[in-house]
Amino acid sequence: MPYLVLDKLTKRFTSWTAVDDLSLTVEKGELISLLGPSGCGKTTTLQMIAGFLDPNAGRITLDGQDLLAKKPNERGLGIVFQSYALFPHMTAAENVAFGLEMRGTSRADRDRMVAETLKLVGLDSYGDRYPRRMSGGQQQRVALARALVIKPHLLLLDEPLSNLDAKMREEMQIELRRIQRSVGTTMILVTHDQSEAMALSDRVVVMNKGRIQQVATPQEAYDRPANAFVANFLGRTNLLPGTVRQDAEGSSITVGDARWPVLQPVPPGPGALAVRPEKISFVAAAGLTGVVQARVFQGTQWLFEVETAAGRMMVIRQHDGSVLPNERERVMVGWRPEDMAVMPAQEAA
Amino acid sequence: MKGGMTMAASTDATTSTTTDAAPSAPPPVRTGAGWSWTPYLLSLPGLALFAVLLLVPLLMTALLSLNSFSFYGGIQDVWRFDNYAEILADSYFHEVFLRTFRIAALVTLLCALLGAPQAYILRRMKAPWRGLCLLIVLGPLLISVVSRTLGWALLLGSTGLVNQGLMALGLVAEPIEFMYTETGVVIALTHVLVPFMVLSVWASLQRLDPQVENAALSLGAGPSTVLRRIVLPQIVPGILSGSIIVFALAASAFATPAIIGGRRLKVAATLAYDEFLNTLNWPLGATVAILLLLANIVIIVGCNRLVERRYKQVFE
Ligand SMILES: Nc1ncnc2c1ncn2[C@@H]1O[C@H](COP(=O)(O)OP(=O)(O)OP(=O)(O)O)[C@@H](O)[C@H]1O
Ligand SMILES: [Mg+2]
Repeated sequence: MPYLVLDKLTKRFTSWTAVDDLSLTVEKGELISLLGPSGCGKTTTLQMIAGFLDPNAGRITLDGQDLLAKKPNERGLGIVFQSYALFPHMTAAENVAFGLEMRGTSRADRDRMVAETLKLVGLDSYGDRYPRRMSGGQQQRVALARALVIKPHLLLLDEPLSNLDAKMREEMQIELRRIQRSVGTTMILVTHDQSEAMALSDRVVVMNKGRIQQVATPQEAYDRPANAFVANFLGRTNLLPGTVRQDAEGSSITVGDARWPVLQPVPPGPGALAVRPEKISFVAAAGLTGVVQARVFQGTQWLFEVETAAGRMMVIRQHDGSVLPNERERVMVGWRPEDMAVMPAQEAA
Repeated sequence: MKGGMTMAASTDATTSTTTDAAPSAPPPVRTGAGWSWTPYLLSLPGLALFAVLLLVPLLMTALLSLNSFSFYGGIQDVWRFDNYAEILADSYFHEVFLRTFRIAALVTLLCALLGAPQAYILRRMKAPWRGLCLLIVLGPLLISVVSRTLGWALLLGSTGLVNQGLMALGLVAEPIEFMYTETGVVIALTHVLVPFMVLSVWASLQRLDPQVENAALSLGAGPSTVLRRIVLPQIVPGILSGSIIVFALAASAFATPAIIGGRRLKVAATLAYDEFLNTLNWPLGATVAILLLLANIVIIVGCNRLVERRYKQVFE
């Protein structure tokens, strides 16, 4: 049974539509990431789940109950705010203790849990500091501790690790994953860090301009982007225009002077294919011909720029001793049909 | 009105010390070989104005308070603390000063109780209403103090609107005496001074992050707990600076107590006025003004310290 259901949520600010007809179901214990460019409505979505913003249309249910009927203080969610939103007049420990206090936890339990959680985020000796006297990363960890200590069933994390250094970020990622696995907390994570989303999430939701572009496992979204936006947003990609044909042997796409079978159901007509630079290789026959414009050594790999009849392409090859073409050389590039995503032309715009 | 003038000036001085939390470092005045006079020369006009309009009158008032006065001889050029001794010994003066500060304290309390919620409600209002209501709250500041106070006199008189209303509702059998009573003065002064409280609480509310309130809600706090535990402690600086302004203005107010309080219900400012203009005992009037100034400074600085210590983390 789905745990959290967002059904056709829409939020308009005067004339601007921040979240547009957004539907999403989240399973219990799942860690799902919201990805998308700045201003695409990620925070707005979380704020509606938390109850700080009322949607103009749509429904939210949690565990079968209508969440919109509940007040924000009755929803029992844990939230890490993008701006931290710490209580400036309380120490770090008092900040973390606040939620427990509201739940009527006894003094002794409270002190113990606060100390444990502060230790978890690496702030055990900062309990009596005021937020103003802490660095951005320390404040962010207090915000994380404040949300974790109440052990919510649903945790909304709005860029919770954005201000941490690489090492601390990795530790916190592992910690979040551990909590999700062991306690079964459902988490919705907003992040700008794609590798973080890829590493942590069961599924990713790619958003643009308030609309969902694709919901898929990280690998699926990377390998088979639903449209050009997703393909470009998640890592580097080559997007080539072509024509999709349907004949006796099945569906195929023609790009420049080459042709590939299409494995997904795509309507015939003008189309486009997306293929990752590292999935392309130099082939002897049955490929797209072109000329190497540039080759750049990047340590573990070589980056090629190849001019073809279908446009300029980026190719990445491992630096593993194999013979690679030189600049100005005529080459032929190819890839396996299952490594590309084909979409109708309007999706590629 | 000398007393009133010096008090107004002292008000500005004390509030500016509390609102400017971070003192800016003075620019270096040393250039190479010796002192540069440029900064001093540039601030000379300001300093001169300050000296002529504030320091000199204040000093002259202080000196005047040391003179003595006799009915037939006029002002005597002697330098003694007789006037101070007289005021400190006479229970009549005790009563006046006590009344002044009782009224000022009550007005401050009422302004805080009315103004802080008012500012909070105003902030939560939607666009067109907010501006309109703010205008209504600040309205009293746009009207001359005399006409506003006369309006109150019309309302509060024994046949005034308030008493007629109360009697029509059967809440009171006989008209309540508002005119020439402390109650009347407190009501009128509160109305006059509440905008200062609203403005300074408003300023500190502007700095409040609305997400902080949301954070408290999400942790399970009800709206009233959020107000008490989250909002209130953060607007204490605003309430404090508002209180200082209101207290200082209330303690040195002249027009409102003069009209509502009448001749019998004296406060320090009207007392000084009478000594100057009726009794012509200028030295005694000056002494009243100086004592009012000193008491005001002591009370305000003391309260300021107390509150700042109690809420030190929000004042940083
Ligand atoms: N209170 C508001 N009034 C008007 N417009 C708003 C308001 N809050 C957000 N918006 C608009 O809604 C859109 C979505 O905002 P949101 O904060 O959800 O973006 P986001 O995806 O969280 O971006 P970021 O990654 O930068 O945090 C933005 O274009 C923003 O300008
Ligand atoms: Mg955001």
